[in-house]
Amino acid sequence: MSTPNAPVTDEKSAPRSNPFRSFNFSTRFWVSLVIVVAVVVLGLAGFLYPTGSGEKVGSLYDAPGGGLPLGTDNFGHDVLAVLMAGTRTSLIIGLVAGTIATAIGVAVGLVAGFVGGWLEEVLMGITNVVLAIPSIIVLILISISLPQSSIWSLAVVIGITAWPWTARAVRAQASSVATREHIDVARLSGARLPSILLVDVLPYILSYAVMAFVLQVSGAILAESALSMLGLGPSGTDSLGTQLHWALAFQAVATGAWWAFLPPTIVLTLVSFGFLLLQASLDEVFNPRLRRGKKKQMKQAAARRAKEAAALAAGEQAPAAGADPRPVPTSAGGAA
Amino acid sequence: MNLGRYILQKTGWYLVALVAAVGLNFLLPRLVPGNPVDVIVSNLTRGGSITGEQQQQIYETYVAEFGLDKPLWEQFFTYLGKVFTGDLGTSFANYPASVNDLVGQALPWSVAVQLPAILIGWVLGNLVGAIAAFRGGNWDRSVFTSSLFLSSMPYYCLSILLLYVLAVVAGVFPVGGAYSLGLTPELSAEFLWDAVSYYWLPFLSLVIVFIGGQAVGMRSMAIYELGGDYVNYARAMGIRDNTITKYIFRNAMLPQITGLALSIGTLVGGALITELVFNYPGVGTLLFNAISQNDYPVIQAITLIITVAVLLANFAVEIVYGFVDPRIRAAKSGEK
Repeated sequence: MSTPNAPVTDEKSAPRSNPFRSFNFSTRFWVSLVIVVAVVVLGLAGFLYPTGSGEKVGSLYDAPGGGLPLGTDNFGHDVLAVLMAGTRTSLIIGLVAGTIATAIGVAVGLVAGFVGGWLEEVLMGITNVVLAIPSIIVLILISISLPQSSIWSLAVVIGITAWPWTARAVRAQASSVATREHIDVARLSGARLPSILLVDVLPYILSYAVMAFVLQVSGAILAESALSMLGLGPSGTDSLGTQLHWALAFQAVATGAWWAFLPPTIVLTLVSFGFLLLQASLDEVFNPRLRRGKKKQMKQAAARRAKEAAALAAGEQAPAAGADPRPVPTSAGGAA
Repeated sequence: MNLGRYILQKTGWYLVALVAAVGLNFLLPRLVPGNPVDVIVSNLTRGGSITGEQQQQIYETYVAEFGLDKPLWEQFFTYLGKVFTGDLGTSFANYPASVNDLVGQALPWSVAVQLPAILIGWVLGNLVGAIAAFRGGNWDRSVFTSSLFLSSMPYYCLSILLLYVLAVVAGVFPVGGAYSLGLTPELSAEFLWDAVSYYWLPFLSLVIVFIGGQAVGMRSMAIYELGGDYVNYARAMGIRDNTITKYIFRNAMLPQITGLALSIGTLVGGALITELVFNYPGVGTLLFNAISQNDYPVIQAITLIITVAVLLANFAVEIVYGFVDPRIRAAKSGEK
């Protein structure tokens, strides 16, 4: 190596400067993104669909056909219209509850992990106690105590019962960040605790918080549908859960009215699968150890490293960004 | 920390969780605005199925049972006393029937479905996950994706699909219920044979999802262990693959024991709605009927029993974990 102390600015013009290469999105990621986007589009399509979800357009379980692509449900409503409205409601509940749960979880975990001491003991004690009690039970108890449930109250209730596992995971990460040196630097330069937490600790946890949020959203959607199926859903609103609730109550499965129960079942499955897959593929992006079986990419990466080494050894500047970033295998230079 | 302290600490935490759960169970239904008895009785009479005399009886029983005229802390101790002597109260909806009888009839069905599902699902799921991690390649990819799909699928969605495809369309299994009409539950060969044919669908829908969830967890744990330094070292020492596999399996197994503790709660919650889909006469169906009839004593009894069962199961798993993993005992604090 002729230039062991190459100037830092050289990194910018290195062949790796293509920002998307470092993300390394897998097929899995794109599949999950397509699923999630498709569900969101289904929810938004309700605004354009001519029939309202409360309009009576037929009788009990009319089979699909004649202008009704998915037939009617037990009330004689258009199943497709109800499905669109229900998907929208479920997504709203999922987003609101997921935001609340992630916010509480990250806040509790961050403070507990970073501050430590008795505060950590207390916060983690509460977290572990809440975690041990099955959340569906707490949800049922709170729901029967509420005089009337709207989608907003339901979302808040789901949000404030779902945070503990996020808090536990964030705490572990925050306490490892707390021992790093840049925290000492921040302290010495006089930063206050809130600023250290937000500026110096949170960014390290952000990738995890995003993944937790994705899981919280799908968890909240499923919790809502579970509650609705037990008869504790939002009153007077269509959601995926209430749609299933009525389909079961009116014996849609036993009578073979598949159009009444299959659509919400499939959408719910897609929601939970899509979000989980999204989380798993984000995990692979953030945690390279989980990536496997990509021999082609590994070969490319090795070739790229070899070329970098060669370029460094020759002491010449690598081609500027915008040039063809694909690596040209060279025999010169050792393996990086 | 030695094993004794570990057990003591765990016992302490689970006692706190138990008290919190019982407290929630006691407090939440009392948060109904206004006098809960008025709300309940007016809800009951709105249905029109209850005569004035019954209404008065219910009113008096409820006030006497919970001592609503006394201060809250005294009510709590009355409630605790009753619960610990095994008296769960009297049902509103099926008035003279005691809650103990109602729950006693439903509980065996739920236990019969859930306990084998947990045990078999856990063993099979771990095997599948470990094999997927060792084999790698396409086998891994297909197993991982299908496990992820199955585990992300809500229990009730799979139940509905299985019920429709296997029972309604294919006619392999009976549609809903737990035994044929005309039979009464008894310990005879004829009845058991009949009940088994109804048993398969709820059992399958629980166990399949559970296998998926465990397999996903085991796979990522095993992959994580495969990259461990001790694996590289063992390879360098020329230790045979089979022996290394054994090391990895034992190490990856440990977090799966904690995973079992966490997933029991989810499974029990999911099983509630699975029973509902199959109209299986277990606790889930009882809970559903109780919610639709505002039968607070039954709801409270079921939520209490489920909470206690899940806490006990988690506690047992954690104690087993303490015995199996020496590192837990050696660690400074096992709680976090």
